[in-house]
Amino acid sequence: MFNKVNSGAILGIEGYMVSVEADVSDGLPAFVMVGYLAAEVKEAQDRVRTAIRNSGYRLPPKKITVNLSPADIRKDGTAFDLPVAIAVLASFGIVEPDILKKTFIVGELGLDGVIKSVRGALSLVSAAKENGMTMCFLPQENVLEGSVIAGISCVGVSQLSELVTLLNQPDDIVPEPYRYEEYMNSNGNAYDVDYADVHGQILLRRATEVAVAGRHNLMIIGPAGTGKSMISKRIPTIMPELSLEENLEISKIYSICGMLPPSSPLLSKRPFRSPHHTISPNALTGGGRVPKPGEISLASRGVLFLDELPEFQRNTIEILRQPLEDHKITVSRVHGTFDFPAYFMLVTALNPCPCGFYPDRNRCNCSEHQIQNYLKKISRPLLDRIDICVESMMVPYQELNSTEQGESSEQIRQRVERTRQIQRNRQPDKIYYFNGEMQENAVNQYCQITKEDEDWLRDVYERMGLSVRAHRKILKVARTIADLEGTEEIQHKHLCEAVGYRSLESKYWGGANV
Amino acid sequence: MMSNLKLKEEAESQENVEACVTKIISEKEYLYALLHIPVLGAATIQKMLEAAGSFEAVYHTTGKEFADLGILKPKNEECFDQEKIYLDHWRRELASLEKRQIRFVSPLDSDYPQRLYTVQPYPMGLYVKGDLPREDLPTAAIVGARNCSAYGNQIAEFMGKILSQNGIQIISGLALGIDGAAHRGAISAGQPTFGILGCGVNICYPKENYPLYQAMSGCGGVISECNLSEQPQAKNFPMRNRIISGLADVILVIEAKEKSGSLITARLGLDQGKEIFALPGRITDALSRGCNELIKDGANVLTTPENVIEYLGISREKILRVRKINPKTLAKEEKMVYSCLDLEPKFLEQILTETGLPVDTCMSVLLELELAGYITQPSRHCYGKKIL
Repeated sequence: MFNKVNSGAILGIEGYMVSVEADVSDGLPAFVMVGYLAAEVKEAQDRVRTAIRNSGYRLPPKKITVNLSPADIRKDGTAFDLPVAIAVLASFGIVEPDILKKTFIVGELGLDGVIKSVRGALSLVSAAKENGMTMCFLPQENVLEGSVIAGISCVGVSQLSELVTLLNQPDDIVPEPYRYEEYMNSNGNAYDVDYADVHGQILLRRATEVAVAGRHNLMIIGPAGTGKSMISKRIPTIMPELSLEENLEISKIYSICGMLPPSSPLLSKRPFRSPHHTISPNALTGGGRVPKPGEISLASRGVLFLDELPEFQRNTIEILRQPLEDHKITVSRVHGTFDFPAYFMLVTALNPCPCGFYPDRNRCNCSEHQIQNYLKKISRPLLDRIDICVESMMVPYQELNSTEQGESSEQIRQRVERTRQIQRNRQPDKIYYFNGEMQENAVNQYCQITKEDEDWLRDVYERMGLSVRAHRKILKVARTIADLEGTEEIQHKHLCEAVGYRSLESKYWGGANV
Repeated sequence: MMSNLKLKEEAESQENVEACVTKIISEKEYLYALLHIPVLGAATIQKMLEAAGSFEAVYHTTGKEFADLGILKPKNEECFDQEKIYLDHWRRELASLEKRQIRFVSPLDSDYPQRLYTVQPYPMGLYVKGDLPREDLPTAAIVGARNCSAYGNQIAEFMGKILSQNGIQIISGLALGIDGAAHRGAISAGQPTFGILGCGVNICYPKENYPLYQAMSGCGGVISECNLSEQPQAKNFPMRNRIISGLADVILVIEAKEKSGSLITARLGLDQGKEIFALPGRITDALSRGCNELIKDGANVLTTPENVIEYLGISREKILRVRKINPKTLAKEEKMVYSCLDLEPKFLEQILTETGLPVDTCMSVLLELELAGYITQPSRHCYGKKIL
């Protein structure tokens, strides 16, 4: 007898439907699985047979054939154990087949019939919903992920026998309630860090606020222990709250990587990823035979923090170019080409010189050569994509101990949200409307300055030996500063501040500027 | 450099041609060739000259004879004899120097700097790109650390500028740090300045100072005792230092650590009877220890450029005063920021904390002050008062 169960698998970050077909016929007793399967899927037959027996069902000695279609996509992962078991049981008449038509099932099986969690449940459930399924059975541990997708009822199961009982008595099914709002509302203050913890650091606070408000990439230069990492960790806390689409997008990535927090189906906060400088290019972009998202996708909608930037391998850093322009990363492998989201804010930190104490000449004895060589390691194209550059400095002891609390993240976030709204209204028809993402023509259109300021800026440009790129970056940053203040025109002081944040110009560094 | 084999062939093939042309070889040409024999230094050549009477005679004496006199080490005899066959090659190079705008000045020439005779041993030949310091004008050497502080850099530039404006020729070593700053000061005043190199005069070392090297060959000069195309080597630098101190009437040490080349220059200067001026510093600053040590040993304390000007006996009326910045002309916020600054650069963060101004105001004030020339920014977001 032939029977079919709907299941799914992950390709990139999206799920697709797989129908698990089982047929039981007379012949030599055997268990055959076909459909372009990876080793772990083929192994399912042993798990399935044993789990069925240990759950109290007897399989008569018949020839069992299982096919996973579409048969031209290679399938891997252990999520097919449960659908295979149900399809087989249905073919033996142990499970009522009627309910299976509109039901989606995934899960891994243990030998004792326990159903274990799978990766990417969020993507799978949303694919099931898009394909017209009305009910979905998930491992108990994954059911929360399913509960945030509207329009499909999700049921968590933890034992094979429990699932069989439910399928045979559909009236007993109690679906998990739809919980999206519950989770979104409970995320009021999900961050365990806050700007209020930062003492002093007026400049860093201001620079990060400007950077976040206009979505500019940021570079922080300073000796070790001056709060570069501390402030960077707090940047997500001043970003606007995640919208539904954003949250689902990044939660899917985390679901596929098995990195969702156990208590919540959605990421409650914007991600902050800080990969170590020994990271390989593939770990950054995502990779593997069937690619999984890498660090830059995990940082999507949040912050990618690269500490000790000059220590990163050159080819690793060069990879960031495409995502910084296109806000996604394309990974090509033999099984296909995948687009992973990579819409992150880049924050980099570095020491001013190899020893880290420049320009304090009492402690730093690095020669100009050494400093130049150290900074030369930073890729020029990457530098071109960083609009704001600030120096951090050691906080004096009395400030460290002061009880005076700085402005909290909440207060700063309100200003950031207001500023971002101004930018959205300015370019309502664009997907990427932030000042940091403005292209040449948008800069010319929206970053107008007065005639006197133009002359003044030309003077600065010549005196400081700036590049054309730097000039454009100054205009973009000045636009953001003006937006922060809520003024329509870019004023002189906005330009002055933006000039102060100008990016690292190799010529400006060190003393040999004749 | 051509390989020895090639040189030899060249020498042989040219021999017949040369024989027909003039065979009168000047003393200078002999000297030039002698200077290119690797085993001979200035001291050895001087001794040989004393023994033989003329450079021609030195040239025609065998290594064995000099070794017998104890002037040449026996192991160097062979080298001395072998190298002599390239005489014609070196004669041709000497003749071609003019085209390359390089002069070769030896004690045989009348324009050889008289000041150098105080140096022991005085250089037997100098390569000059540009001019030599004028004998009738005073000279001052400004030396110091390469990895200097922003303060030292400013002071060196300031001293270079003010002294050269008062007609004092600035001499230094074209190194990074203090040396470069001193040259820069003189160049910014449009006055000649002289760089003494530890490598061939046609090589700019360090290459970061190429703009200075260029400017100096036009106004002032680049001088070296090393043969052309000789690479900078550690052994050349103490030799260079003795020329710096030799050419100078006074030596200004701006910043020096306890063990440094600048102190060597100063000690050599003392031996040559030159006056030393050292810039005092805090006892805790590593870069001031060398200077403070010099002061302890009796060097003059350098507090203003006038110390040097007065010592050199230049009439007082001519002294150009330091431009005094009048804070009264500044706006309120500018005044506030300016008074918060110091010669020792401060980080923007510190300025923000001390003035309590908002970031945007403070940054615009600083930028305006910088553009107006009141303050400098030696490294990013690090501001200090400007002294000139």
